[in-house]
Amino acid sequence: MRILYFAWLRSKIGTAREDVSPPPEVTTVGALMEWLAASRPGFAEALAAPGVIRAAVNQDYAQPGDPVRPDDEVAFFPPVTGG
Amino acid sequence: MIRVQEPPFDVGAELAALTAGRTDIGAVASFVGLVRDMADAPITAMTLEHYPGMTEAKLAEIEAEANARWPLQASLIVHRYGRMLPGEAIVLVATASAHRAAALESCAFLIDWLKTRAPFWKLEETREASRWVEARCADDEAAARWQQR
Repeated sequence: MRILYFAWLRSKIGTAREDVSPPPEVTTVGALMEWLAASRPGFAEALAAPGVIRAAVNQDYAQPGDPVRPDDEVAFFPPVTGG
Repeated sequence: MIRVQEPPFDVGAELAALTAGRTDIGAVASFVGLVRDMADAPITAMTLEHYPGMTEAKLAEIEAEANARWPLQASLIVHRYGRMLPGEAIVLVATASAHRAAALESCAFLIDWLKTRAPFWKLEETREASRWVEARCADDEAAARWQQR
């Protein structure tokens, strides 16, 4: 599973992208976030403020309950500020 | 048409290209967003980060939404990424229609919609430090006014 981090989340975690292999019981965005937070203190810190970190799965915005699969691309980022 | 690019764009040239060779367009509306310096908090530069792939996809979706809601003959979104200086243009949105209401409304819709849906993130540089711009409630409220029931 390819994980991408953007903006200040990337700075906090220390990497822009990584490939991970979560255990089979990680089947949703929310579960993936918890699993990542358990081993990445920067991610856990970012999750401390609820609702701030957003997600996209295969380049579509996703909610915590949405599914993730082993060959998905999952991105995490703060609220967008374009325009 | 949508473009995501690093180099600056020429607003005049873009608008001219939108209507070149056409005589069916009665109204063209446009919006340009610029890097703004603030007197009490001078910024030296702004860098826009984006999510390659998703950025283009989301802008295309947003443009398709505008074309579905209004009778448009042409539409254009050009959004830059990378490092820019105060005064430089970041984004151009332009819409063309037979009459002005559709052009003006769809132009406002496009910029309101893209500010909450296009995956860009702004990093402001000042002399002392760099800080990530925070999303504003006003932007969510502006986008919400276009929600259809």
